[in-house]
Amino acid sequence: METRHKILLVDDDPDLLEVYRETIEMLPSGPEIQTASSGARALAMLESESYRLLITDLKMPKMDGLQLLSIVRRKFPELRTVVLTSVSDEQFRSRVYALGVDLYWHKPGTESEMKQFLECLESLLGRELEPGFRGVQSKSLVDLVQLECISQSSSVLRITNGPLTGCIWVNNGELTDAETDGARGEDAFQKILRWKAGNFEFLPAEANRPRTIFKSYNALLLETAQALDESSGDASAGNPDGEHGANGAAQNGATGLAALADSEGVEFVLKSNADKRIDSRGLENPERLAGWSRRSLERFSALGETLHVGAVEQITGIGMQRHVALAHKNNSDVCVGWQHTLSVGEIRERMKKVLTLWAS
Amino acid sequence: MGLLSIFSKPAKPLLQLHSGSFSIDRTGRVLATTLPSSFPRDLVEEIGQCITETFNEAHSIQLPLDELVIYYPGFRITARDMRGGAMVFLSTPSTFDPSLNTR
Repeated sequence: METRHKILLVDDDPDLLEVYRETIEMLPSGPEIQTASSGARALAMLESESYRLLITDLKMPKMDGLQLLSIVRRKFPELRTVVLTSVSDEQFRSRVYALGVDLYWHKPGTESEMKQFLECLESLLGRELEPGFRGVQSKSLVDLVQLECISQSSSVLRITNGPLTGCIWVNNGELTDAETDGARGEDAFQKILRWKAGNFEFLPAEANRPRTIFKSYNALLLETAQALDESSGDASAGNPDGEHGANGAAQNGATGLAALADSEGVEFVLKSNADKRIDSRGLENPERLAGWSRRSLERFSALGETLHVGAVEQITGIGMQRHVALAHKNNSDVCVGWQHTLSVGEIRERMKKVLTLWAS
Repeated sequence: MGLLSIFSKPAKPLLQLHSGSFSIDRTGRVLATTLPSSFPRDLVEEIGQCITETFNEAHSIQLPLDELVIYYPGFRITARDMRGGAMVFLSTPSTFDPSLNTR
């Protein structure tokens, strides 16, 4: 059964809301339109019902659009968001896009602008949200590799997962090499296959590429599947109901934090949850550092809300003895210690990679 | 197009962020600033307090820091320790280098 997409329109002007409603209702997909006259009302509606798309003005009394969007992006990350405003200041456009908003549109002044706006909305409503690799949602990397090998193809499969990039070389249906983030061969292949989402592209084959993988693709895929199973088993053993505490992390195998701690340049890794349960690698007394990390992230998250600039992405601290980087990811505070030879920019880029691995 | 002319309405100011710097003493009090006077003073002080508390707490757990960089999707704060006080730099998206682009 085909479902109608639900759109929530937010503007403090009731006349404008009515005009928007009538116009957007005419979209070919026939979406269901609901309206809210304030940011607070919109948040209440989002809490009680599921929407596909939020369209909001920026200038509103009490809670303005930037405030609303910074909350919405944090609480409803799957919700598509559109800003429809008369504000033409480039700074606000940049800030809105930096918040992760899908579309910033200056209020249409002509029929053709309105037509373009409606086409953009229709496109946004139709965009798939399924996980997987773009272009082949619901297909895993294992499926892609199998397809290439079974069809006896020769190609280079290039996969991008956020800041991470990896390549897998296939020659005449055989896996010959893999490379990502300083790793090569089977190790790189297993790392890449841990990624759950991203983009991929097929590049021309490189027949002269030195071979580093000599196992059959079936054997390698089987080994990787077993390693992934063991990882998920260990991860579930380390869930909040498990036994791992400040001293229990060492039992967690070569997965999770251990995998992060093995990343290049990392000296220690610390993770603490909302219930203040602490796991760490490479630290003897992590409690005080965990407390500082949590309070710092809370402090600057609150500041971000005040400044309407969204949730804090990363905090980097540079010291004579230690460099650290903090971030909130997957409901955990993560603190990573970095070699003091690294620059601020290098730490930022490497931290992004570590967090992407963490999310995978 | 008459119908669409009602898409404009009187402006209500949004919080405009600015690039600039200010210095604070060891208690977080703002000493001097290059930010325009339109940037709310209480916000400058709030940023200063957050920076001071973070530096001080780090010092108290034997993690002395010389520099803090706080990255937001649309904003960056850089603070350098100056013998107890700090120099704080604010960067808005328009002054960002490409490496700060998050999308």
